Amino acid sequence: MMRLYVEGIGLLGPGLDGWSASRAVLTGEAAYVAAPTNLRASDMLPAAERRRAGVPIKLALTVGQEAFLQAGRETKTASTVFTSSGGDNDNVHAINGILATAPREVSPTRFHNSVHNAAAGYWCIAAGSHEPSTSLCAYDASFVAGLLESATQVVVDDAVVALVAYDHSYPEPLHSVRPITTSFGAALILTKQQSAKSLAAIDVEFRSGKAPETTMKDEALEDLRKGVPAARVLPLLAALAAAKTTQISIDYLEGNHLDIRVTPC
Amino acid sequence: MEALQARQSGLVPCVFEDVDLETYIAKVGMLDSFRVRSDLSAYDCRNNRLAQLCLEQDGFVEATEAARKKYGAARIGVFMGTSTSGILQTELAYRHLDPQTGALPPDFHYAETQNSYSLAGFVSNYLGLTGPSFVVSSACSSSAKVFANALRMMEAGVCDAAVIGGVDSLCLSTLYGFNSLGLVSRFPCRPYDAERDGISVGEGGGFVLIERATEAKAADPMFLLGVGESSDAYHMSTPHPEGLGAILAMRRALDAAGLQAGDIDYINLHGTATKSNDASEGKAVADVFGGKVPCSSTKGWTGHLLGAAGITEAIIAMLAVEHGFIPGSVNTQQLDAAIAIDYRIENGAGKIRRVLSNSFGFGGSNCSLVLGRKA
Repeated sequence: MMRLYVEGIGLLGPGLDGWSASRAVLTGEAAYVAAPTNLRASDMLPAAERRRAGVPIKLALTVGQEAFLQAGRETKTASTVFTSSGGDNDNVHAINGILATAPREVSPTRFHNSVHNAAAGYWCIAAGSHEPSTSLCAYDASFVAGLLESATQVVVDDAVVALVAYDHSYPEPLHSVRPITTSFGAALILTKQQSAKSLAAIDVEFRSGKAPETTMKDEALEDLRKGVPAARVLPLLAALAAAKTTQISIDYLEGNHLDIRVTPC
Repeated sequence: MEALQARQSGLVPCVFEDVDLETYIAKVGMLDSFRVRSDLSAYDCRNNRLAQLCLEQDGFVEATEAARKKYGAARIGVFMGTSTSGILQTELAYRHLDPQTGALPPDFHYAETQNSYSLAGFVSNYLGLTGPSFVVSSACSSSAKVFANALRMMEAGVCDAAVIGGVDSLCLSTLYGFNSLGLVSRFPCRPYDAERDGISVGEGGGFVLIERATEAKAADPMFLLGVGESSDAYHMSTPHPEGLGAILAMRRALDAAGLQAGDIDYINLHGTATKSNDASEGKAVADVFGGKVPCSSTKGWTGHLLGAAGITEAIIAMLAVEHGFIPGSVNTQQLDAAIAIDYRIENGAGKIRRVLSNSFGFGGSNCSLVLGRKA
């Protein structure tokens, strides 16, 4: 079992415009109102990079920035774990289209934005961070993989870790074979020591075998959870919003899962 | 090992699919006719074929099987690095979209080929492992960083051993992408040469089974002594000109190993043969190590294996320790006088106890490994 403290949270999804604005929706005190994800380019980026930022970079920087503001930490001080099932799906579609027809002119920006760690690269430039950064994928379980990796960095390396999860839809024809329903991002600032800013402790345990997965009560939020890999974080965010001791389970790969206990500070 | 000693490079003029670039590549010829194990046929793509071919070398499957009996399938993690996974499958599929509907061909398997996780899913299934698993995709540092993931997972008690590695295979995205940046050489790549003018793209892979140091049974076992990770925070596709991130990664790796610069007997450089990488890395190595540690880039043999560069060069570095062998640098003719390190063109021999291996990627993602013997 690994114990981590949550110091800051960022959230951006359809009808979920920021953690503070979404808490009451996540606890069920306010009704969920569907609305397109309010994507915007972060003012953290220099103008040139801002122009080149696709959806994942917008998602990742917006939620990362919100989480750091809440934690009151400088962005350059934390290690980062970025996790996503797909990376920049619009860009991958465009490159495949360009390569299927002559002339095969892939622009330099398209190419360097096609790496899975593009969001991490832009973040480190914007945040001025020389700390370790990793970029992960575990298909539908990408969020859980990111949480597990972040937990080991916190516990073993005593690092302050910003975990950033994001995903967005593919255009057709890839959308039909990988139907991610919308754009969604979330960020958590995780620490080993409790501080005055700590919101909750989370105890994370990797377990073999299947367990009933925690779902969202609200039907629209449950559709969101199932429709976007990064939104598998929602039950954890709902537990954090509820501010009471809660036990949840999130599926990992076939045949294993994470048990997570949330205890408010 | 024979190819290293015989200075036999894998680089050949580019004949791959219908690519019309004048360059050299390292290509694994038998992949075109190879198929993955029949029960895993949904995973069949160039990248996973190469993965299976690598897994079947050097008694690796048998070693993993022994570890599985010892620890149990759920206690062995699988952490893989890849940059482009099975994207070639999608590139080819986009040429065969349904003319009426625009749909992908019906035999296209997204999750098992294009998705970055495909490689770790395939390796887990092939080896029958059910421990924690993910893919690290941080461009050319990917399969160096998995050493750090395995180390942390074992220290945290999440698993007892791990299969780590990386595979990247030829695809059009990479060849045309690097070409657009003006980073592809028309000649076989010449790392650290004064006239170097770019990379040669290659395909390859490698795997390492890693367990806790306390489990070591060999007389003089091979250890992962330290890992250092850092970020440039400078530019997406150009390294920091003074090698700032590289310096941090190397210093952190030495600190993690509890070693001084003088304790390292050989450095396997990232050495891509681009103007900017070799200049920046050379400055960083000179800053941390001075000019006394033998260094080389082995990319003249392998080409740039991108997401598989970290693991293959870590394996070459461990071969250097095992055989007391200092690889030189094939294709390099005239050293760059502006780079003040002990760069070796010719192969050599000596007592090699501890080695450092560098891997740096797009997005300013840096990782250095220290491998070798204790004391």
